[in-house]
Amino acid sequence: MMDYMLKVDRLCKSYQSGARCLTVLHDVSFTVETGSVLAITGPSGSGKTTLLGLCAGLDQVTSGTIELNGLRLDNAGEEERASIRNRYIGYVFQNFQLLPTLTALENVMVPLELQGKRNIRPQAVELLEKVGLADRLHHYPVQLSGGEQQRVSIARAFSTHPRILFADEPTGNLDEETSSKIIPLLFELNREAGTTMVIVTHNADLAKSTQRIIRLKGGQIMEDKPTGDTTPVVQN
Amino acid sequence: MKKDRILPEALPGFRWLLTMAWRDSRKSRTRLSLFMSAIVLGVAALVAIFSLSDHVRGDINEQAKELLGADLVLEAHRATDSAVQKMVDTLGDRRSRDCRFASMVTFPKGGGTRLVQVIALEGDYPYYGRFETIPTHADTDFRRGQQALVDKTLMLQYDAKVGDSIRVGELHFVIAGMLTQAPGRTGLSTTIAPPVYIPFRYLEQTGLLQKGSRFTYSFYFRYADPQKMNRQLSAIQPVLEHEGLNYETVASRKKDTGRQFEDLSQFLTLIGFVALLLGCIGIAGSINIYIREKIPSIAILRCLGAGIRQTFLIYLIQVTLLGWVGASVGAGLGTAIQQLLPLVIKDILPVRISTGISWLSIAKGVGIGVVASFLFALLPLLSIHRIAPLYTLRAPVEPGSERQNLRQILVFSVILVLIILFTRWQMQSWTQALIFSGGILAAFLLLTGVALLLRSTVRRFFPHSLNYLWRQGFANLYRPNNQTILLVVTIGLGAMFIGTLYFVQDMLMKRVAMSADNNQPNIVLFDIQPGQKAAVEQLVKAHHLPVYQNLPVVTMRIEEIKGHNAFQAKEDSISGIPARAFDGELRVTYRDSLTNTEELTAGKFETKPHTSGEPVYISLDESYARRLRVSVGDSMVFNVQGMLLPAVVGSLRKVDWQRFQTNFRVVFPLGVLEEAPRFYVIVTRVPSAEVSAGFQRATVKAFPNISIIDLALVLKVLDEVLRKMGFVIRFMTAFSIATGLVVLMASIYVSKVQRVRETVLLRTLGAGRKQIFTINVLEYCFLGMLAAGTGLLLSLAGGWALSEFSFDASFRPPFIPIVVIFFSITLLTALIGLLSIRNVVSTPPLEILRKEI
Ligand SMILES: Nc1ncnc2c1ncn2[C@@H]1O[C@H](COP(=O)(O)OP(=O)(O)O)[C@@H](O)[C@H]1O
Ligand SMILES: [Mg+2]
Repeated sequence: MMDYMLKVDRLCKSYQSGARCLTVLHDVSFTVETGSVLAITGPSGSGKTTLLGLCAGLDQVTSGTIELNGLRLDNAGEEERASIRNRYIGYVFQNFQLLPTLTALENVMVPLELQGKRNIRPQAVELLEKVGLADRLHHYPVQLSGGEQQRVSIARAFSTHPRILFADEPTGNLDEETSSKIIPLLFELNREAGTTMVIVTHNADLAKSTQRIIRLKGGQIMEDKPTGDTTPVVQN
Repeated sequence: MKKDRILPEALPGFRWLLTMAWRDSRKSRTRLSLFMSAIVLGVAALVAIFSLSDHVRGDINEQAKELLGADLVLEAHRATDSAVQKMVDTLGDRRSRDCRFASMVTFPKGGGTRLVQVIALEGDYPYYGRFETIPTHADTDFRRGQQALVDKTLMLQYDAKVGDSIRVGELHFVIAGMLTQAPGRTGLSTTIAPPVYIPFRYLEQTGLLQKGSRFTYSFYFRYADPQKMNRQLSAIQPVLEHEGLNYETVASRKKDTGRQFEDLSQFLTLIGFVALLLGCIGIAGSINIYIREKIPSIAILRCLGAGIRQTFLIYLIQVTLLGWVGASVGAGLGTAIQQLLPLVIKDILPVRISTGISWLSIAKGVGIGVVASFLFALLPLLSIHRIAPLYTLRAPVEPGSERQNLRQILVFSVILVLIILFTRWQMQSWTQALIFSGGILAAFLLLTGVALLLRSTVRRFFPHSLNYLWRQGFANLYRPNNQTILLVVTIGLGAMFIGTLYFVQDMLMKRVAMSADNNQPNIVLFDIQPGQKAAVEQLVKAHHLPVYQNLPVVTMRIEEIKGHNAFQAKEDSISGIPARAFDGELRVTYRDSLTNTEELTAGKFETKPHTSGEPVYISLDESYARRLRVSVGDSMVFNVQGMLLPAVVGSLRKVDWQRFQTNFRVVFPLGVLEEAPRFYVIVTRVPSAEVSAGFQRATVKAFPNISIIDLALVLKVLDEVLRKMGFVIRFMTAFSIATGLVVLMASIYVSKVQRVRETVLLRTLGAGRKQIFTINVLEYCFLGMLAAGTGLLLSLAGGWALSEFSFDASFRPPFIPIVVIFFSITLLTALIGLLSIRNVVSTPPLEILRKEI
């Protein structure tokens, strides 16, 4: 039986830029319980995106270990990590990152197709209906507004029923009004699926509505404490 | 904690990759097709030539008998003695013979005279095929009386009609018909020596059968039984050797014609191949930019868990499928173009050329096209391996890995090896193949180098005070992701081809024409009999013309070189004496001094008349001596009309062959050949075409046996021959230029998104449609000028090198053609560029942005 979905131990990440070595993450350790929701906050440039990218297997660590769903990410090869990403991880980007040549529906279907699943269309359609895009199935990303694109992106993230979902400032590129509709949607889908979620946000209210907040600064954990709030969803 | 490695359980299958390739190609299908269409013309050229070869090979096989007109032909270069005649009379089931020689003919009606090939024919040759004449039965009619068959071009030139008369030597013949085609003859050979056929029985009476002139006797045999021919042929082999007779059979003619054609088709195939390579380079360039544009999509796919190989395959599938489409379209086009090729090469080949669909050729062409486009596209596609999923978070900063470059080097090596293999297949020798492949590589590198140099030079000296539109148009050549160099190379190579071809042609013409300059001889009279010598000289002087030379010429054959005869030379290759040195006739003169076109390089030129008992010291042309592997002091034996004449090489001379003048490979001293059968040559100069015509008419009238070589006619014939050959090459070269233009279109399309953004920006900044249009016009004009300039610069260098090392002449580049080529290519480039950009400039910006991204 596993208690932890994600276990990060003494994680370091540094970049070699020319002769200089820039350390972005110093000795970061934390664990995320299965089914819990964690918020990461911190000023811009504090290493949040870097941390999330490492946890999602998008990049290679400099030192330290990352264990996701009992699998070691830090010493997995590129193809192996790709497979882990596809099977266990969902990712919502700040700038949506939809495939421009695919329709909304196809964008949602791709992760499932990558798993070699069949008859996935109804499932994808249902997800898009849930995020309120029932009538935009066959539109291309350029034909959608930012908020709509992020909805597609969320639907895509949930399509494979990931064990863990990473959301990097999911509303960073959206206006307040749109954000206030996206966030509940994200939390609702998350609660429904019972997914573990790590969300990076500047929004204090949003952060408070999670079970735990890690505050990052200069690549180090400044603070790691539970919010004490038992209801993980903000009600607007 | 040890954990099992995790591996994908159910990989998405090939079908999904196909689906993704299809989906991903949305919005860029036009562009992608355009990239791949760069190979269309190259494949078309290859398929057209492969199909042509395929058909011509069959045509030669089918028409081989018609090419020869008989089963066996014997050829003698002098009058046959009775022994040979007797042998000939025992051969074959049916026999014909002819005697051919150069002679003047006169068309009395218009008074025109011209040097032609007179063929006196006896028997019912040809046994296969037929003379094509107008009227159709003229080929049998003319044999019945004092009638002639006259080549069509000749009749057109002198405005002669069937029924008119033509004078050959002392006799007048009625023109029975116009000859349009004779067995084995090509348009080219007819241009050089237009034939006039007369019945053999009048040959004697023409008075042209003088000793010392050059005659070729041919005997044609028809066999009902091929076995009999082979038996007889092997029986007479020793006689043939001994008498210096050549023979041809249908099989040997088939081989000769086939070989000539293979040379031509190889050459054309290689030109087509270069067009294909150009297209492939274009593809590599376009795909490179396409992939760069696809980086975000690739990174997203990788984020979602697609493997490197899967992502790579998605794009590989796109490119390969389009490569197939491009190659197939090319094959269709090639099959269509093949219908035109016979028009282009019909004057060069002696066969009637058939056309049609050749599946084998199509398969070969498509195969080559697909493989080539695949490999060239692979070069940029391999960079997909470099695109990490991290790109979704931020643009990558780390450079490509070593392994990546290694893969590209590997693909590049494969391409190089395949190019070498292909050329080897075409050229049948590794050395040639390596030289050609190396040449291609060097040409591309050189073009790139010159293009880079030219571009940076222009950039440095570009007047920055010019107005904004000019500066912007010029600056566009340097925009990020620009394809300037690629385009300059592809279009420039075409310009280089055309330029070089033109210069070579021009040089050949100039070389001959140079001798038409003031005070240089331009008329040669030959076949003057010893008894006519004084009278002809008199006639020349009576026309107030100068006599530059008046020389005796003796015809002989080489019997032995350094103690080796023809037979030994053939058997023993160690001596290095070429067996063909013993073939054919040698024309020599005798005199006691060097002429002003000669220069002694070794030994001592014999100025004293020969005294009996002493060796005969002869003088050889330097390069001729080199070919025969002889030097000063070596012995040779000559055969002068059956009499053997030993001699010793006494000196070597360097001869300036460029002058229109009689020069000789071998010069004898005085006192040896004075009694031998000989004729005289007089060299003179006529000041104008009218004087020339009058003088020639008078000469032929008084001395019908004398032949006249007119430099003006030689120039005309040369011009025509070069034009006919040049047309074939130009036709093929056009594929390279056209490919360059397709690459241009593709590269404009590939930068479309960027161009649209620029246009939008410029328009938002208040630029009018006209101004944007001007900027683009200027950009393509600059591009075309750069490409044409690079190509022409290289062709000038090539022309100079050729003239310096190959033609031994000073290179004066023709100014007007250079200007014409330069501006045509610039204009064409600008035109194509504008056509492709048109819809980008004229559609509302937002609409394009929505559609294109
Ligand atoms: N490839 C890289 N090379 C050098 N520095 C990098 C690289 N990627 C990120 N950084 C640096 O790492 C720091 C953390 O970046 P990031 O994780 O994006 O912060 P955040 O998401 O918290 O704003 C920044 O200072 C950034 O400049
Ligand atoms: Mg960030």
